[in-house]
Amino acid sequence: MATEPLADTTALQAPAGWEEEAEREHVHGLGPWRLGLRRLRRNKVALAFGLLFVLLVLSCLAAPLWAKHVAHTTPEENHLSDTITIDGKKTNVVGLDGVPIGPQYLKADGEFFLGADPNGRDIMVRLLYGGRNSLMIGVAAALMTTILSVILGVIAGYFRGWSDTAIRSVLDILWSFPVVILGVALGVALALGGLQLGPIKIAGDSLAVPIFIIGLVYIPYMARPVRGQVLSLREKEFVEAARAQGAGPLRIMFSEIVPNLASTVLVFFTLLIANAVLLEAALSFLGAGVRPPNPSWGTMIDDGVERIATAPHLTIVPGLMLVLTVLSLNVFGDGVRDALDPRAKVRLEH
Amino acid sequence: MGRFVVRRLLQMILVLFAVSVLTFLIFNVIPNSDPAVRMSGRQASESTIQAIRKEWGFNDPLWQQYLTTMKKIFTGDLKSEFTQLPVGEEIRKGLPRTLSLAVGAALLWMFVAICFGLYSAVKAGKFADRFLTIIALVGISMPVFWIGALMNYYLGFKLGWFPNGGYVEFTEDPIDWFYHLILPWTALAILFIGFYSRVLRSNVLDTINEDYVRTARAKGLGERQILIRHVLRNSMIPIITLWGLDFGAVLGGGAILTETVFDLQGVGQYAAEAIGQLDVPPVLAVTMFSAFFIVFLNAIVDIMYAYLDPRIRLQ
Repeated sequence: MATEPLADTTALQAPAGWEEEAEREHVHGLGPWRLGLRRLRRNKVALAFGLLFVLLVLSCLAAPLWAKHVAHTTPEENHLSDTITIDGKKTNVVGLDGVPIGPQYLKADGEFFLGADPNGRDIMVRLLYGGRNSLMIGVAAALMTTILSVILGVIAGYFRGWSDTAIRSVLDILWSFPVVILGVALGVALALGGLQLGPIKIAGDSLAVPIFIIGLVYIPYMARPVRGQVLSLREKEFVEAARAQGAGPLRIMFSEIVPNLASTVLVFFTLLIANAVLLEAALSFLGAGVRPPNPSWGTMIDDGVERIATAPHLTIVPGLMLVLTVLSLNVFGDGVRDALDPRAKVRLEH
Repeated sequence: MGRFVVRRLLQMILVLFAVSVLTFLIFNVIPNSDPAVRMSGRQASESTIQAIRKEWGFNDPLWQQYLTTMKKIFTGDLKSEFTQLPVGEEIRKGLPRTLSLAVGAALLWMFVAICFGLYSAVKAGKFADRFLTIIALVGISMPVFWIGALMNYYLGFKLGWFPNGGYVEFTEDPIDWFYHLILPWTALAILFIGFYSRVLRSNVLDTINEDYVRTARAKGLGERQILIRHVLRNSMIPIITLWGLDFGAVLGGGAILTETVFDLQGVGQYAAEAIGQLDVPPVLAVTMFSAFFIVFLNAIVDIMYAYLDPRIRLQ
């Protein structure tokens, strides 16, 4: 980590004394979103990591371009008995002892940029396609958690009474399971036969299974704080005013309370993607997530760890991608939280 | 106090019951194919499936299925469908290994997190604080199995400083036991250090502005004394709760990834190996036991709090 950008920023922490700051910079009258954006713009570290995440996503989206025009292969294509020309010498993609070639960078015109796996598949191509799966699962699962948590949290917090008790007890029970263990349990239960919810049918090896599992597992971690916030929002004057004007519960929930949850939801969503990507990797590593031959960063690390002694790049490369992605989301999410609500204690407990 | 303990324990029993029902629902009732097929693993013959259906009573009404499952778990009757070894016995064998991992890692992460969190808070906004914040964020962004595998490869295999995975019984050779656990402890602790030090930092920053801290300073107490006796002590409460829960989770198999990477053969690795074979009974048992550990430790932490802070008893 370079020390340079750290020195001149208000990195990753709530700007102390923001009231004085408000006095100084004539920000009175600006809305909370404008203020937040202004604070975020000043947090160069968070912005840099946000940009890094966008770049990672874009490069994964460009996977077919790289595969077709640079690597000339697909993520599933084996090159077990192929040879490539490196520095004018013909080299086996997978050596006779079963050890694949390491990263070649541009020595073979971009083919096997990051080396090959024991089946002779191009790691760079698999990394980009795997990233599509990992990110897709991460975003979809985070979306599912967010939507369900907001619905549950708003219902529990707004109506209180028995619906609150019911929702809270179910969440408490889910919360009693360690995240990985609950994920694994669901993964094993769904691996054979998939899932059938009424008319929706999900096959056991579909990517929808890890999305469903991860999306479900994190609900208690988000629904609880949302509920807490709704509890305090429902006592606010503007809710009182809406009620006095004759607004029904649905109208109050959706046009008065939910918009006020926006900053919490935004921060949680960012951090949830990071955690979902990590959990996908953990589940795939244990064999309860993405099913081979679908590549994902987790399955790639899983394949790599067995051969770490002869071909460490198989483990290092997908892991680094994963760490960069999760780190960029964590730092950016942290910055967004500090910018939108410096005093907030929104935190996703691993 | 007595009434609080009784109430809390009754509540715990209720949650334990609910946890067992949920575990049962996940494995036996989840809406997809036949549970007997699922229970028999990847390639099972028709006769095995029939035998399992009969053994687990999958044709009985649900409540009876629940009772059968619980009876199997609690009487030690539960067998792996893959190895045919009794699940309870295997978990008991793995428990000392998991306990060694959990205790050492928990002490390590708590100690380091207190140092990092306190230092970070004292230097809030300065370079050291930002640096530690970045380190902490890197720590929580790394998959434990990845960093574990790399540590094993570079420090264990390449440099030969540490053993390449494996476990030695404490009673056999305490020094070798310690030596084998250094890497697993560190790998497991990294995530928690990142997380705890950040929580502690923000708690310390909240506490530091309290009136009693100002009073302590006004009466001439030294900075170090104030920090440790007044600030740290009051900032520790949320951390201790987390500690109890996380310790329970790690003990109950939450260290599944660390154990697998370092080949410790604990409870978690037992479950991990069963997952590879889609062998349901071990996963079922470990899932339930891990939740039991958490619920149980949660109750203990609550009772300890009530003992320390009388206000909690009245809630």
